[in-house]
Amino acid sequence: MKSEVNEQALLKGLAENDKKAIEVIYKDNFNIIQNYILNNNGSYDDARDIFQEAMIALYEKAQTESFVLTCKINTYIYSVCKRLWLKRLHQIDKYHNQIDGFEETIQVEEDLEIHEKRNMDFAMMERAMNSLGEPCRSLIESFYIKKVNMQDLAKQFGYTNADNAKTQKYKCLVRLKKLFFAQYNIGE
Amino acid sequence: MMDDIQLIQTIERYLEGKMQPEEKAFFELQRKNVPEIDQMVVEHSMFSHQMEDFAANQRLKHNLHEVHNKLIQEGTIGESIQQNTKAKIVLLWNKYRKVTAIAAVVSGAMALAISGLVSFFAPTNKQAIQQLGQEVEKLKQGQRYQGNKINEVVSKMPVNADVRGGGTGFLIDGKGYLITNAHILKDAAFANVYNNGKEYKTKLVYIDVTKDLAVLKIDDKDFTPFKSLPYAITKHSIELGEEIFTLGYPKNEIVYNAGYLSAKTGYAGDTLSCQIQLSANPGNSGGPLLNKKGEVVGVISTKERQADGVTFAITSKYIYSLIDDIKKLDTSYQRIKLPAYSSIKNTDRVNQIKQIEDCVYMIKAYN
Repeated sequence: MKSEVNEQALLKGLAENDKKAIEVIYKDNFNIIQNYILNNNGSYDDARDIFQEAMIALYEKAQTESFVLTCKINTYIYSVCKRLWLKRLHQIDKYHNQIDGFEETIQVEEDLEIHEKRNMDFAMMERAMNSLGEPCRSLIESFYIKKVNMQDLAKQFGYTNADNAKTQKYKCLVRLKKLFFAQYNIGE
Repeated sequence: MMDDIQLIQTIERYLEGKMQPEEKAFFELQRKNVPEIDQMVVEHSMFSHQMEDFAANQRLKHNLHEVHNKLIQEGTIGESIQQNTKAKIVLLWNKYRKVTAIAAVVSGAMALAISGLVSFFAPTNKQAIQQLGQEVEKLKQGQRYQGNKINEVVSKMPVNADVRGGGTGFLIDGKGYLITNAHILKDAAFANVYNNGKEYKTKLVYIDVTKDLAVLKIDDKDFTPFKSLPYAITKHSIELGEEIFTLGYPKNEIVYNAGYLSAKTGYAGDTLSCQIQLSANPGNSGGPLLNKKGEVVGVISTKERQADGVTFAITSKYIYSLIDDIKKLDTSYQRIKLPAYSSIKNTDRVNQIKQIEDCVYMIKAYN
């Protein structure tokens, strides 16, 4: 049994994308989820996907300012995984009404709606990035995701100096924005 | 293009709060007067947030993958997690239920008399069919051997108990639920199960003599539940000629046999069972019949005396209907969950057997 203080610390760690916190939560919960998925028509890959999706949902929840822990971390993860998996089974029409496990779960519908909305936003950004072409895509990725600074970026991509790299990055950014917003216009 | 870039840089400085007061005032005035600029600020602000969230999401995913791979390498999590449960012994019918339709007499640790009823389940010509339960004499012989091997037996065996018969059983739920043939438990007061030199006590959950199936629950503090079972129990029927195999206890150690499905109905057209070409011996009764994907397709049941190599098995869909019956009659068994996924479907036979054998138990019935 984990104390509440401990759980709060873990959530704080997760909200900061701290690997140690992720590892602790992973160790405590992954095998249970994997067995659940495997016993309900799923594969190892399904188990990994569903579990990581639940971790992301918990991360998003932990980041909101109004976040309060109303249940244990494991209860939250089980609830989300169960919900996500049932949904997936329905989609692929494999649902045989014999799903079992995790009796003690909580309502996560609202959280998952928010999570899904975010996933759609991310998918739009990803599509925009993918249509960007190289080296723009890598440049943007290194700058925004990997947080590489301009000096290193210039070196990495072979620009003569940081200013040139910066100008190039802005050019790419302008294109990325256009690609991103174009998806709104086509009713995405 | 250059103007665009300059504008974006300006907007970024504005959004990041990096402007001097006069510059900021000037820029805000422009925003007010030029709707296009105002629009760009709003857009860029929105885009930046999206990018920030997207980047954080990507970084989190990256870490999740790294942690996943690390834990797999360490073996903390894995694709073949299986608690190594060793079976133990002794037995059981300390609890008998109204649903069993078995007349029972219990006094002290014992006695359930079910013998008379068992005869009902035999399909037809009793002489022609030999129950595969191990004969008592053989078992008695074997007991000395087991006695040497298993120290705990003494403490777990009921005093004054006589061996009535024996056979095989296998787990249908990692929590310790075993399925076996009802006829193995004929005349028994309780039963113990063995696996890997360990003995476990069990209690009777349910017995259905018409289906010739019974469910036991391992009720022993030495038993470690399995997180998941390696095999699935399928509802699908098997095809003629399909390759099948079984594990069981015709003697005091586990024995492997393979064969194929030879007829879709059992003895004298019995639709509950199917006929297989596989050399089963007494003691194989109650053992799992598996297909090459590692899915349980039946429970080995009886053997025709005359034709060697002809064996019958109860098809696995009756395991499902048996469990449904149990759940209807007693809600405390709602949590029984039959395994629907075979984690050994892509492994070779030797490794399949290695994983399955931990879940197959020798059963000894006592009165």
